[in-house]
Amino acid sequence: MESRYSPTLLTVLCLGITILYLPIVVLIAYSFNASPLVNVWGGFSTAWYFQLLHNRQLLQAALLSLEVAVTASSAAVLLGTMAAIALVRFARFRGRLLLTGMVNAPLVMPEIITGITQLLLFVSMLQMLGWPHRGFTTIVLSHVAFCSAYVTITVQSRLQTADRSLEEAAMDLGSGPARAFLEITLPILAPAILSSWLLSFTLSLDDLVISSFVSGPGASTLPMVIYSKVKLGVSPDVNALASLIICAVGACVIAAGYFMRRADQRRALEMQMAER
Amino acid sequence: MKPIDRPGRWLIILPPLLFLLIFFLIPFAFAFKISFADTAARVPPFTDVLTRTPDHHLQFSVSLANYQYLFTDDVYGVAYLYSLKTAFFSTLICLGLGYPMAYAIARASKSTQNVLLLIIILPFWTSFLLRVYALEGIIRDNGILNTVLLHLGLIHEPLRIMRTTLAVYLGIIYSYLPFMVLPLFATLEKLDRSLLEAASDLGSPPWRVFLDVTLPLSIPGVIAGSMLVFIPAVGEFVIPSLLGGPDSLMIGRVLWDEFFGNHDWPVASAVAIAFLFLLAGPIAIYQYYNVKQLEA
Repeated sequence: MESRYSPTLLTVLCLGITILYLPIVVLIAYSFNASPLVNVWGGFSTAWYFQLLHNRQLLQAALLSLEVAVTASSAAVLLGTMAAIALVRFARFRGRLLLTGMVNAPLVMPEIITGITQLLLFVSMLQMLGWPHRGFTTIVLSHVAFCSAYVTITVQSRLQTADRSLEEAAMDLGSGPARAFLEITLPILAPAILSSWLLSFTLSLDDLVISSFVSGPGASTLPMVIYSKVKLGVSPDVNALASLIICAVGACVIAAGYFMRRADQRRALEMQMAER
Repeated sequence: MKPIDRPGRWLIILPPLLFLLIFFLIPFAFAFKISFADTAARVPPFTDVLTRTPDHHLQFSVSLANYQYLFTDDVYGVAYLYSLKTAFFSTLICLGLGYPMAYAIARASKSTQNVLLLIIILPFWTSFLLRVYALEGIIRDNGILNTVLLHLGLIHEPLRIMRTTLAVYLGIIYSYLPFMVLPLFATLEKLDRSLLEAASDLGSPPWRVFLDVTLPLSIPGVIAGSMLVFIPAVGEFVIPSLLGGPDSLMIGRVLWDEFFGNHDWPVASAVAIAFLFLLAGPIAIYQYYNVKQLEA
């Protein structure tokens, strides 16, 4: 497209980006403030970062959150990819409309409703079946439910654009449909699967509302601990922790984006070479 | 090509279908059931709706009291209206801000586009809770905004933004802006340039081209983006809880307090079910445009 910018467009774009980034920049700046008072600059200091290492409550919560996020996003990738394959490759089956609805609804459903309904399910299940007890298991189950929806959407759009002729060629050469899928289509889907795992991981790590409802006594995730600290007011060690999380996630996203683009470019190059 | 034989297909369809059925859809049935129960001092804290009498008959004990309560106590009506109003106006502001942003990104060169998109997507990946917390650092009484304004002599006492409705608006706009920009960009990018050129060759001034061609063609993006902002914003809990004042009673906050403060699970269920009915329309619109876009 030609780039013909009106000054108004450019101003709004810059304004929007400033709104998105200014608070984060300010937060990171504050995390290096030696003074515990928020409105006084007491000089540069990394003391709050070192203090994090001695906060047992935060460390325990962080560990729980990481365990939940790894388990939930791995399960969500498996289920979400299966749902995407079903929706794209199987034109008609019983329950197709139901599945379409159930993978799209979690994206817009307010978390507070999902959280309360899932808690009521878990409580009723415990009453009837004696399983699951509220804690790690219930948090993972509820996270898998909303993460798998994001996975399906991501993988689905990739699968729709994937070239099917290669898979058909493999089958013409005698490989079964399952093997053709695993050897041809799965590598094409790999970047989408990887990025949806990362997305699930960050969504799970970030979730406050649903976790608060479905978790039990003693199982506090990192966002739950941060929320209760923040509710009491601004605290400098939360600034440090927040800066760490934001930078780590940002670096991961940029790296993942870079590797995915490189993989795509290499694939495109290979396709060009093969066509010659 | 030969389709995968039928029984094999179900190995792929069933696991996600069953999982989402049990852990996403069926929970709504339980919430619906419990919204007709009464509170009870036991674990879990509500009575059974469905009981078996000694002579093996099923007995329903349905209580509509929770729903009646929603109508008699003003808090709920006020909270629903306040949530709808807040979500509606923040969606409008997001649209006003997000549309030119998406338009500018769609017109940029390919390489600039990638960088700009990354800039918009990055906050989406960043912790929601932490971003709301970060906003507090800007708008609180001794935050950056007031410090700068006081320093410049533009104001003489700090602006009270924290714990007001304005703070809730700022929080929603700040948090949900990427959800508006991304679907808008997706439709604006797909726009057929030759239509715009045809219109302008036929003598339309740029603003008419925009109103007659660009805007109507971008309606699916406008609706998708608006719904992605509006629906979660109505049910927002973190923003009114951390930034809002005692009068920013959004329905998510009422639900949370009913549940964790009053431990009244049946009333909380009734609030959730009523809330869901309220959102059924917008969710249906979103799903309709979503399916249409996937088919296109």
